[in-house]
Amino acid sequence: MGGLRVLCIAIVLIHSHTIGAFAADGPLRVEAQPLRSASEFLSPALRAEQADPIRNRGMLWVEQGERLFTQPPPGGAPSCATCHARAETSMRGVAARLPAVDAASGQLVNLEGRVNECRIVRQSLPPLDYETDELLALTAYLTALSNGEPLAVSIDGPASAFYAYGQQLWNERQGQLNVACTQCHDQSVGRKLRGDTISSAVPTGYPAYRLEWQTLGSLHRRLRACQLGVRAQLFELGSREYLALELYLKSRARRHPIDAPALRR
Amino acid sequence: MAGDAIDTPLGGATGDGSRGRDIALDRGKGNCLICHRVPIEGELFPGDVGPDLSGIGARLTAGQIRLRLVDQSVIAPLTLMPSYYRVDGLRRVGEQFRGKPVLTAQEIEDVVAWLQTLR
Repeated sequence: MGGLRVLCIAIVLIHSHTIGAFAADGPLRVEAQPLRSASEFLSPALRAEQADPIRNRGMLWVEQGERLFTQPPPGGAPSCATCHARAETSMRGVAARLPAVDAASGQLVNLEGRVNECRIVRQSLPPLDYETDELLALTAYLTALSNGEPLAVSIDGPASAFYAYGQQLWNERQGQLNVACTQCHDQSVGRKLRGDTISSAVPTGYPAYRLEWQTLGSLHRRLRACQLGVRAQLFELGSREYLALELYLKSRARRHPIDAPALRR
Repeated sequence: MAGDAIDTPLGGATGDGSRGRDIALDRGKGNCLICHRVPIEGELFPGDVGPDLSGIGARLTAGQIRLRLVDQSVIAPLTLMPSYYRVDGLRRVGEQFRGKPVLTAQEIEDVVAWLQTLR
């Protein structure tokens, strides 16, 4: 196939006057477009459902998260609220600034990682796995405390290398279907894949209740869904790859206000 | 191959248009409707990332269609269309798909035969 490709390209270059004949198959437009907020892609009915705390299904996790945050865990460990009193004010904006580089370890840590760090170090509890109801509940509660706050991650200093890695992953083709994130979510926004409109991949609503999942899920699970779609080798939830992509996406969408837990198709 | 076409059927296979139609609609095979509208009654909610395939058999020769299925990126490097008969130069392919093209040579020929009938 390699030889075939070279031959074809050579022939196309030689006969460049013929290219106009199949311009309809030509490259997609590549200029950047302003990002559209994720809720813009919802139907008015779903948007209303998301905005109504009674009907937003994600609020079940937020309520559970508040209980988990305030009640002492079994075994005598302090509750989250023991250190983080008055979470409505003390934790406001925290989710908007994550992921961030942990000064001690030099690693990029997101909200899930921060919660687990507290569990291990402060509460002597085992870390929670991604997509468990407990971790989803705590992250939904803590993210909702930042609702309305614009995403404000740092990509300076030690974060810059993680950002660059995330950007690289975003731009490189992957999987058997050989598609890069940017080809859909920068270059084909608003177009349809079957009945689904391609969004700008603005990650302000996660953890989000996704109708396709019939449950709440993390941003990493959502990234995994696109990797499945292009038949790529999946990264682990919480992996450095997904963390780097999370940082890239949240920087790309900086100043977009958090609206979690969102409803998504 | 010549210009923007592969004029010889892959592996000397003969395409069967009715099989090709099934492969094109099968979400686990061609899944063409994820990106393309096709002139089939009752096929709702096609994608519109790629061009409408109505009349494609009149606009392109079998050889031109074949090249676009095999590896559209040869003529359009930035294309979003997957290369359906390519196994090299791919990155992080899922384990169960590794070393395999999306469609077999016979399946490509079947889809070519079907697309030729869309005039």
